[in-house]
Amino acid sequence: MISLAGRDILHSWSKFVLTGIGLGLLIGVTLTMAGVYRGMVDDARALLNNSGADLWVVQQDTQGPYAESSSLRDDAVRSVLGLPGVARAANVTYLTMQVRRAWASGAAPAGSGDDDVRAMVVGFEPGQPGEPGYLVAGRQITRSHYEAVADVRTGFNLGERIRIRRHDYTVVGLTRRMVSSGGDPMVFIPLKDAQEAQFLKDNDAIVNERARTAANPSLNRPGVPGLLEAIQASQANNRNVNAILVQVQSGTDAEVVAEPVRRWKHLEPFTREQMEEILVAKLIATSAKQIGMFLVILAIVSAAIVAFIIYTMTLGKIREIAVLKLIGTRNRTIAGMILQQALGLGLIGFVVGKVAATFWAPIFPKYVLLEPGDAVRGLVAVVMICALASTLAIRVALKVDPAAAIGG
Amino acid sequence: MNASSIGTRRLALIGLGILLVAAMSYVVMRSGPLAPTRVTVVQAAEGQITPQLFGIGTVEARRSYLIGPTTAGRVRSVTVDVGDTVKTGQPVAEMDPVDLDERTAALDASVARAGSAMAAAEAQRRDAQARRELAAVNARRYVELGRQNFISTGAVDARLQEQASADALLTAAEANLVAARQDQQRLVAERAGLRQQRANVRLLAPADGVVTSRDAEPGSTVVAGQAVLRVIEPSSLWVKVRLDQARSGGLTVGLPAQIVLRSSQGRPLPGKVARVEALSDSVTEERVAQIGFDQVPAGLSVGELAEVTLSLPPTSKAVLLPNAAIKRRNAQTGVWVIDAGALRFAPVRTGQASLDGQVQVLGGVKPGMTVVVHSEKEIGERGRIAVVDALAGRQP
Repeated sequence: MISLAGRDILHSWSKFVLTGIGLGLLIGVTLTMAGVYRGMVDDARALLNNSGADLWVVQQDTQGPYAESSSLRDDAVRSVLGLPGVARAANVTYLTMQVRRAWASGAAPAGSGDDDVRAMVVGFEPGQPGEPGYLVAGRQITRSHYEAVADVRTGFNLGERIRIRRHDYTVVGLTRRMVSSGGDPMVFIPLKDAQEAQFLKDNDAIVNERARTAANPSLNRPGVPGLLEAIQASQANNRNVNAILVQVQSGTDAEVVAEPVRRWKHLEPFTREQMEEILVAKLIATSAKQIGMFLVILAIVSAAIVAFIIYTMTLGKIREIAVLKLIGTRNRTIAGMILQQALGLGLIGFVVGKVAATFWAPIFPKYVLLEPGDAVRGLVAVVMICALASTLAIRVALKVDPAAAIGG
Repeated sequence: MNASSIGTRRLALIGLGILLVAAMSYVVMRSGPLAPTRVTVVQAAEGQITPQLFGIGTVEARRSYLIGPTTAGRVRSVTVDVGDTVKTGQPVAEMDPVDLDERTAALDASVARAGSAMAAAEAQRRDAQARRELAAVNARRYVELGRQNFISTGAVDARLQEQASADALLTAAEANLVAARQDQQRLVAERAGLRQQRANVRLLAPADGVVTSRDAEPGSTVVAGQAVLRVIEPSSLWVKVRLDQARSGGLTVGLPAQIVLRSSQGRPLPGKVARVEALSDSVTEERVAQIGFDQVPAGLSVGELAEVTLSLPPTSKAVLLPNAAIKRRNAQTGVWVIDAGALRFAPVRTGQASLDGQVQVLGGVKPGMTVVVHSEKEIGERGRIAVVDALAGRQP
């Protein structure tokens, strides 16, 4: 038995293939949009995974360090380390800022343009939680100052010098998928440098501040030599961090450790689940909903377009169907032909869409996560929409009067 | 439509289908859960490392002098400026002596007057002596006459009393003279003290050096101990370096050092650890050491930031791995070893590390084992891996 659908496709194959590719690109856009949404949520999760913590200890009554600003003294970690159930704990600072390439000559080479990258600068203690877990190139930081590990998305290369505030850092390692909740790539630098970068002002501000202190007669007393210098020295240093990352001993519930921190240390501990709740449900909620809304509309529109294309394609063949009916073809054969064509179109569209989405996803500036689950859901949806649309077309085809073949 | 054209079309369509299937399978195998994680590997090998310590510090003067008055007063003149070279004992500033000169003049007059008083006392002494000699002669004569009974005993007694009185007068006059001399000595000593005070308001350079700051100008009042000028010895400049406590093992006096000054980053300067302070900073968790330059460079500025790298003696031979290979997993430190195509987490103990990222591995890994260094994402025992040469980034 010859395949009616196959013969028909062979008859108008260019139209069929082009329609399939067009459909595919539309499906690709929908899949990509789903990927953008998944990517946003995954960025938030990646931030939590990368910190390697079971517990975040932040300033009391804040939801820091990602959703709100939080600041605590850097010696608070010592009292947290002494709590039962704590395996490791380390200070960490986060600061989102523009990181510049430092050109050796002081001037950027021609054509390099405005060469700064928006990045989240993370101050961490080497060998402690908060350290990048894996590298894609280079090495971990070994010096206690002026070395950096950057995410590949920053575009920095090994050995390059980057400038953060007052100091130049050498990129010694590259990592991947280390992003802030907003998708900004991370740059890891030693904690002491980060504390300085975060709280130390620029030179002009420091000089102004010194002059302001010196002009204050109660701080600059003529009879007390050394007082002014002492005050200025105390103004220039900073002992604050944003959070303490805690790893609990295996087998210990994070909540067990969190309770004494909340009650006795007067700090705010967040477990992994609470942090995820803050990040996903609060921090990126609006933008994620925005993308989600768009995704829903796009999916509906795509479904409608797929349905209409199948429908109009069948309507275009109404005369041929009438001829088939005239020569006594059974209804089942005609319906099968239409259904097979619709499903074929849908499958081609899906494959083209999936391939296209996979190839253009890495070009996006922010992370696009194409989940296999989404692809399977997309495939099921495409097949169902095609089947549904073809039933509409089949109804029209079966109702056609065989006389139309010779009439119209 | 003839059969051959349909055949061609069928072939073309089949080709297109194969292309789509191929693209799809490529996509499935290259992304998503079925895709292998790309990694780079290294063969564990034995070797030696030269562990190094790294710290930052500031240039400081080992000997710096604050020159100021010992009593409160007003600055009269400052003769040197910042950057001037001074010699030991060179007058650099002077305080206002207020009434010191006048008081010296008054004491001069007092000393002169004491000299006059001494002369008067001396004259009185001579007078008393003359009287005593006369009284003695008279007494002797009267005693002689009395013995021959020429005169009465009463007249002899009167002469003897006269002699005793003259003796006492002489003693008093001599004592007066001593008192006058002592008075003069006191005044001379007072005057010398005042002159010293006068000299003290002149501030002198205590050592050869360079003036680093001029803190008070003529006319300003300073309290006792407040600096008018600061002088450092340029030959005594060294770097006070702070090293993270966690990475300061092996820090001893005499370690060779490389000092990179912020002003000349391309030229490391040789030096040595000159002193390791016994107190370490408990707040910043840093140890403090002083690094002396082998040769103090010209134009060095105090307070300049310097990066210091100290070289420890080379370690004994051990398996070396890049520090990017060292991972933590469930509170265990270890490395991922590729064993017959499968991944295995091998717990290791790490030893010393060098600044270029090589770590000594003491046990857990044998030479020749293949160890994962870089990976695209976290790897586990189950994941598939594909070994590649490099994952990202230009190698420097």
